[in-house]
Amino acid sequence: MTPTALSGAVLDVARVRADFPILRREVHGKPLVYLDNAATAQKPRQVLDALTAYYTGQNANVHRGVHLLSQVATDAYEAARETVRSFFNASSVQEIVFTRNSTEGINLVAHAFGAARVDEGDEVLITAMEHHSNIVPWQLLCQRAGARLRVAPIDDRGELLLDDLDAMIGPRTRIVAVAHMSNALGTINPIEQIVGFAHAKGAAVLVDGSQAAYHMPVDVRALDCDFYVATGHKLYGPTGIGVLYGKASLLESLPPFLGGGDMIRSVTFEQSTWNDLPHKFEAGTPNIAGAIGLAAALDYIRSVGLTAIAQHEQELLAYATSVVSEIPGVRLIGTARNKASVVSFVMGEVHPHDIGTILDREGVAIRTGHHCAQPVMERFGIPATARASVAMYNTREEIDVLGRALRRVREVFA
Amino acid sequence: MTADLNDLYQEVILDHNKRPRNFRVLDKPSHHAEGFNPLCGDRLHLFLNVDGDRIADVAFQGSGCAISKASASLMTDAVKGRSISEVRDLFERFRRMVTTPSDCSVEDLGKLSVLAGVREFPVRVKCASLAWHVLQAALDREERATTE
Repeated sequence: MTPTALSGAVLDVARVRADFPILRREVHGKPLVYLDNAATAQKPRQVLDALTAYYTGQNANVHRGVHLLSQVATDAYEAARETVRSFFNASSVQEIVFTRNSTEGINLVAHAFGAARVDEGDEVLITAMEHHSNIVPWQLLCQRAGARLRVAPIDDRGELLLDDLDAMIGPRTRIVAVAHMSNALGTINPIEQIVGFAHAKGAAVLVDGSQAAYHMPVDVRALDCDFYVATGHKLYGPTGIGVLYGKASLLESLPPFLGGGDMIRSVTFEQSTWNDLPHKFEAGTPNIAGAIGLAAALDYIRSVGLTAIAQHEQELLAYATSVVSEIPGVRLIGTARNKASVVSFVMGEVHPHDIGTILDREGVAIRTGHHCAQPVMERFGIPATARASVAMYNTREEIDVLGRALRRVREVFA
Repeated sequence: MTADLNDLYQEVILDHNKRPRNFRVLDKPSHHAEGFNPLCGDRLHLFLNVDGDRIADVAFQGSGCAISKASASLMTDAVKGRSISEVRDLFERFRRMVTTPSDCSVEDLGKLSVLAGVREFPVRVKCASLAWHVLQAALDREERATTE
């Protein structure tokens, strides 16, 4: 990150909004108030332009042809990898694997690390606030390996019980998989501390950064985690592109995940040998345009400045929390001391789905349901929540629209 | 509030949501099934006492949105005392009512017609249909139904 981006200049929200064409549209005759950013973020013009420029002037397959376009496409794809490396402050581009999304990144690690390091009787530790994508791949691994899946508990605020988590890392714990930030609760977890616990006992750590990476600067070397996954579409980039960071020495020692073209050095019917990092983990033609679009999105985030974004979003979060709390019958789900972006709540007897439908007619898009985190819902004894989540382009005025729409819900269900 | 929201959340629906009819457990039901709507997490247990080919008693339990709860409540009132073939026919007519495009006219299904407003809200059709899917599963002696 450049010093200028870190200077913490105040975010000019009107200027940011002008870069997002979709924010000018209406829904049901009302201006769109998009507060479903934890599900996916909208895309700035710069990302759309990068996709168009790639397909109109650069498209070819990568790492293959001798012709000019193939070289241009390869250079653009590998330049995107360098942008990702720099964004997450990884040591080397060898440590950046392009995936489809966070889910694929976690599955890759569960398969490759699982095959190399997890045996019968070993343990995998996750937490009670994980998204299904950071539960199910480990469940499948544990079934394959005969290993045991353990779950570190959370308290009523939605914070990890760190002493319990530390105590649950034992001599058989091979990996700890934890969200950097909870999608359902907004909790930000103390990753450096958790990595310290795990490494002290010889366990690796995978951090699911799906929610965190667009709200705060992420430095994988400072975190010292072994793996970090993120997904492009929440980073204002295209869908279908994600990132896995892994320490080079660790990735080097793991077997491949998917087999196919690009990931091999040589193939005979008897045996194949693997390509160098990171290509060993990128089988088949990758999402070239997606990687280039993601790089444009990361450049865009840096041009606005993650510190300025974080400050803007924290102010909005505080305001949204107070506006939503004032609605009669509201109970906030997720009140961690350190959180970002997400206001998750229930409203008396009114089902979140009914809240979502009424808000939609006011132009307000929020998520309602279990947020792919059914164990979190169970922990709080509820079937679902309504969740508003802010991003860099949201405004206080939009939070006021949310507040008025929630009062409409109260009127309907009076 | 916009007109289509008024259509969706009519007084009758809000009333059935707040005070659902036949909202209890039957001790020894002759038929039973449970249903699940994965989209919203709605869960519904349905109990039937079938006497010959007539539904002598029907009750439900569960949690869900206003539309799914009101629809279950209205359904139990509508099917009680009817023959199984009448009920299957009614399900078909109900299904047609909630899936016909909103600019086309639909058959008047009496009290059930208050749910016709759901046509304006495609993602909510499953909420309105869940109870009927569970009823069909119970009659077919399947234990589970989903809206998928």
